[in-house]
Amino acid sequence: MNMIQAINSALDIVMGRDPDIVVLGEDVGYFGGVFKATEGLQARHGKARVFDTPISECGIIGVAVGMATYGLRPVPEIQFADYIYPALDQLVSEAARLRYRSAGEYTAPITVRTPFGGGIFGGQTHSQSPEGIFTHVAGLKTVIPSNPYDAKGLLIAAIEDNDPVIFFEPKRIYNGPFDGHYDRPVTPWSKHPQSAVPEDYYRIPLGQAKVVREGEAVTLLCYGTMVHVALGVAEETGADVEIIDLRTLVPLDIATIEESVRKTGRCIVLHEATRTGGFGAELAALVQERCFYALEAPVERVTGWDTPYPHSLEWAYFPGPVRLTQALKRVMES
Amino acid sequence: MAEPRPPRNLPPLSLHVPEPRFRPGDAVDFAQFDRGAAGAVARPDTAVAAADIRDLPYALIRVLDDEGRAKGPWDPRLDPDRLRAMLRHMALTRAFDDRMYRAQRQGKTSFYMKCTGEEATSVGAAHALDQEDMCFPSYRQQGLLIARGWPIGDMMCQIYSNSGDRLKGRQMPIMYSAREAGFFSISGNLATQYPQAVGFAMASAAKGDSRIAASWVGEGSTAEGDFHSACTFASVYRAPVILNIINNQWAISSFSGFAGAEATTFAARAIGYGIAGLRVDGNDILAVYAATLWAAERARGNFGPTIIEHFTYRAEGHSTSDDPSKYRSADERAAWPLGDPVARLKQHLIGLSEWDEERHAAMDREVAEHVRDEGRKAEALGTLHDGLSQPFTTMFEDVFEEQPWHLKEQSEQMQAERKAAGI
Ligand SMILES: Cc1ncc(C[n+]2csc(CCOP(=O)(O)OP(=O)(O)O)c2C)c(N)n1
Repeated sequence: MNMIQAINSALDIVMGRDPDIVVLGEDVGYFGGVFKATEGLQARHGKARVFDTPISECGIIGVAVGMATYGLRPVPEIQFADYIYPALDQLVSEAARLRYRSAGEYTAPITVRTPFGGGIFGGQTHSQSPEGIFTHVAGLKTVIPSNPYDAKGLLIAAIEDNDPVIFFEPKRIYNGPFDGHYDRPVTPWSKHPQSAVPEDYYRIPLGQAKVVREGEAVTLLCYGTMVHVALGVAEETGADVEIIDLRTLVPLDIATIEESVRKTGRCIVLHEATRTGGFGAELAALVQERCFYALEAPVERVTGWDTPYPHSLEWAYFPGPVRLTQALKRVMES
Repeated sequence: MAEPRPPRNLPPLSLHVPEPRFRPGDAVDFAQFDRGAAGAVARPDTAVAAADIRDLPYALIRVLDDEGRAKGPWDPRLDPDRLRAMLRHMALTRAFDDRMYRAQRQGKTSFYMKCTGEEATSVGAAHALDQEDMCFPSYRQQGLLIARGWPIGDMMCQIYSNSGDRLKGRQMPIMYSAREAGFFSISGNLATQYPQAVGFAMASAAKGDSRIAASWVGEGSTAEGDFHSACTFASVYRAPVILNIINNQWAISSFSGFAGAEATTFAARAIGYGIAGLRVDGNDILAVYAATLWAAERARGNFGPTIIEHFTYRAEGHSTSDDPSKYRSADERAAWPLGDPVARLKQHLIGLSEWDEERHAAMDREVAEHVRDEGRKAEALGTLHDGLSQPFTTMFEDVFEEQPWHLKEQSEQMQAERKAAGI
């Protein structure tokens, strides 16, 4: 399965198991979503459980909160993460705080799925990585898969979680892993081991990172598309890199991070989002707070630049192999 | 969750999810659609109170009848030169769309959006507005720029993100910006331009200026909060603004019912806000022109805003990423009861003996050649995938007026890394 099929399979399975799960969003019904992630779901589960919505992100999330209050488990789709901002108030002020402010009387078990990230020539309104905005909000969980197998297991866990979850789907790797070499053809997931996705139900618990490559010299913290950039660079440079796919940013698997950095003594954080105030800053601070005496070099951040995503220069924006290789050199030399 | 409460002897509720009338494979029948007759709708004085024209949002203002004759009080009685200019602008818009659509298919750019079938809504409006009036368009109003005489070569360079692109390759194709043409920078985020247009109009009023503003959204986008904020502000401050809704029936795969069309018209949104609302045949450029002129006069007379619903049809896909045959009947386009705006104006002009088939064919050739010539010139300046059209450091410009230290550093870092990597 590719990542879209894995997501589709996750939705189909949980909907079959739990009649309270509903899918809503722009174009998700008859059409099956602009990326086809909800294809066939309406035909199988009915129009009252899978339906198109008005183009109103604030409405989609606000309604989802109300449905959750009734007892449903809505899985709203925001067509592109760039369009989540009109829904920000409902997410930040309402969904995220409902449990806290009502002392558990009300909760909002909703899972917002949304494709994010660049590398598809989407310009500044189809390429953003807004995860940092959401990790900054108390009460929201943030999940980002990097392959079809994880996408399915994590999505099932997210939907079954009783807290609001934002599930960011790295659209650049929907169809195949992407190592940042934009001028080389992408191998489709079908030729990749992580596409061996079980047809049945399984979950990957939230809050558990995965060491995707073991190494002794430097720890690389990443998620989503960047996992493949990291793997590509590790292979090309032959550096002894330990790569950790965080998978969940909140709650964060700090134990795995600490253990690795204590071992390697060096750390690079890699994400596509802009640098200032990004999640990389949080990771760097955590590592510094908890592993300071184990560090042999400053924690280095490799990120997108602090500019909007430029359409024609997107490869100069994208933190690809060039930027990561140079950072590796710097960290290893100091 | 627990099962619903035990029955209280009440009927079970049911959820209504709208469904379009025709899906792929369905035969299309618009017989039930009431177009009303051309010329049948009264034209009130532009100073009329919004409360006195609450019937207009439910009617359909049409000027051209099925034979292409102009009828009734909304006939703007334009001189033949103006009509021919409007015809040419529509034809040029269509030729431009065709060429750029093909360019995308040939891999010369990443994306394109046509406005086929909707040309009258922007070309007609542009002719009725003053050149100085400010437009806050969405992404399907290329006709505004074309009718305002903006060079299509400039538009093409934007689409190719090449070295001639004044926007430095930053924006997705078709996301033009042309301040000199009174054309606001286009956003990919739907409906955001609507309150901005109201703000511009409020500012113009506050300053005692005479410029008005106009904005455009698709019917799907009227569901966004920004639409409603704009209407409230426009109403409260009686802003001199024209709020256009292009009801082309489809928002990607979602038919207009998902924006509320089953319950009422889009023009009728105006009533709740106390705004004047008009609903026009959007494939009838004379109706579009007349309605826009009416709204512009109303705004200029300090009588307040107008919402205009342009009832039209998106003849092609939503964008180059879309395949409409997956969600709507292939017959819809041909069966569309309001015809094709170019054909209708052509028929009208021929009826007036101001045009003929030969001249029309010559015009089509002329606009196609113009587009081809400009296309070649634009392509000579590069296409998207030629790369390197823009110096890399331009990426760090214009984030702020002055470049702060962190962007300077990032710019230098990028150059150093590229150099070290030998690229
Ligand atoms: C805030 C926001 N949400 C979602 C989208 C994705 N999107 C782009 S175009 C579109 C459909 C818009 O339909 P409509 O307003 O009817 O205009 P049309 O394309 O028909 O001209 C959608 C959902 C977006 N661009 N912005």
